[in-house]
Amino acid sequence: MAKLILSMDGLVLKEFSLSKERTTIGRKPHNDIQIDNLAVSGEHAVIVTILNDSFLEDLGSTNGTLVNGQSVKKHFLQNNDVVELGKYKLKYVNEAPAGQIKAADFEKTMVLRPGALRPMAPPAPTPVAAQAPAVPAASGLSSMGAPPAKSFGDTMVNQAPIAPAQTAPNPASPTAPAAATGPLKGAIQLLSGGNAGRELELTKPLTTLGKPGVQVAVITRRPQGFFITHVEGANHPVVNGKTLDKQAHPLGDHDIIELAGVKMEFFLKS
Amino acid sequence: MDFSDALEIASATDPGMVRSHNEDSVASDATKGLVVLADGMGGYNAGEVASGMATTVITTELQQLLERMPAYSVDEKTGKVMAEKIMRDQIAKANTSIYQAAQSQPQYAGMGTTLVVVLFYDNRLAVAHIGDSRLYLLRGEQFSQVTKDHSLLQEQIDSGLITPEQAKQSANKNLVTRALGIDPAVEAEIHEYDASLGDIYLLCSDGLCDMVSDEDIGMVIQTLGANLTLCAHQLVQMANDNGGRDNVSVILVRVRQEFPAPRGIVAKLKGWFK
Repeated sequence: MAKLILSMDGLVLKEFSLSKERTTIGRKPHNDIQIDNLAVSGEHAVIVTILNDSFLEDLGSTNGTLVNGQSVKKHFLQNNDVVELGKYKLKYVNEAPAGQIKAADFEKTMVLRPGALRPMAPPAPTPVAAQAPAVPAASGLSSMGAPPAKSFGDTMVNQAPIAPAQTAPNPASPTAPAAATGPLKGAIQLLSGGNAGRELELTKPLTTLGKPGVQVAVITRRPQGFFITHVEGANHPVVNGKTLDKQAHPLGDHDIIELAGVKMEFFLKS
Repeated sequence: MDFSDALEIASATDPGMVRSHNEDSVASDATKGLVVLADGMGGYNAGEVASGMATTVITTELQQLLERMPAYSVDEKTGKVMAEKIMRDQIAKANTSIYQAAQSQPQYAGMGTTLVVVLFYDNRLAVAHIGDSRLYLLRGEQFSQVTKDHSLLQEQIDSGLITPEQAKQSANKNLVTRALGIDPAVEAEIHEYDASLGDIYLLCSDGLCDMVSDEDIGMVIQTLGANLTLCAHQLVQMANDNGGRDNVSVILVRVRQEFPAPRGIVAKLKGWFK
């Protein structure tokens, strides 16, 4: 639960936890957080807490409310924000960053009914809870790297999911470059055609090559490495003399790509 | 009227990297110009049941209705085209089915689903949505969100409590304020828009837009728009590469030709003899 630490001149005076939906701050005694100082208005400010988020609102106080040195009317409080009322400081501490929330609860869509600020609890913990730790993104080649060439057309109701079981890590994949630390860098150098010798850095997640309407391929940058996929045109790209099918093909250092009559070399940059 | 020449449709759905179940459900019928996407919620497999019921009820019912009554035909009582009314009616029917199943069977208690339905007719499209599943549009260079979520976060943004930038850091991303099948009645938000040649529409569950930024989604559709199937898989793959914490579903629809309602003399004659 989030809390506020009240201090003055660097001396900690008291701690308040934000357990209520509305926590009022002011000089008068009926406030949840009473600060008996003439620089503080009778009803100075309020903090509205909705689940893990807290919002500070100034209630038209005489001397105003500062957050991190800035005067605010309304403010969405972030961890370690410092709220200032006159000489008093309130530090907002919310020790539950998104990463610490249990993965099973995380982003499970829930309905919020009007009139009740209480989300619908799922009837029972789902079996997903057992797999709580998130699968590291770079654990190997997922089956999505080579999507099955499915034809999508007429009515599909409750289409079968692409089997998650096949996403088993495959570290032995010969062509996938070893998991690099930091973002991978790659580039393409043209070997033939009018622009021979030119280099093209693959800085974007997607880079398209070729001529629209004739032949286009795309190189995608993923945590596991670079992949080339055919996009449009009657001819498919050729990598190291082999014509690609519809599936994504992992690119290795110094692979030779032929596309729309132009030869080019892919290489990794360190 | 057959829309399969005018519309190209591709879809993909995936459980993501963390969840064992896929609670999303997608359906499309190119001949009727209809696409439906639902993201279910509820314990055990109830989420799948709710989203599956929503897509099945809405597609089959609308398919049958559209056979008899084209979406562009005019309702004699209101003088408006039928599209909005038939969508509203079928969504209400799906809501009742899910609600009753949830009430009568304890294992389905509390299940519900978000929904986005698009019906194409007469160079236009009618869009219905409930919850936080979204419709986006790429028109020319412009990529924009068409639907506005029914979520706590969106309400906070609308009331000026937080900015869209702060919303990205909020922990309350997952709270929807409206869902299908939770209450005895639900109001779907329905709007109509003009379609234009070359438009690409994206229907997606929150598993995509929470994991991949709008800019990246727009870039993928712009660069891979020539190959919708590949584009759909690329979007799912990007969500999974970014962590894939939720089920991911996408449906892409491209307008290849204009699809005006038949207005010739033959159509008029047919109308008289109905």
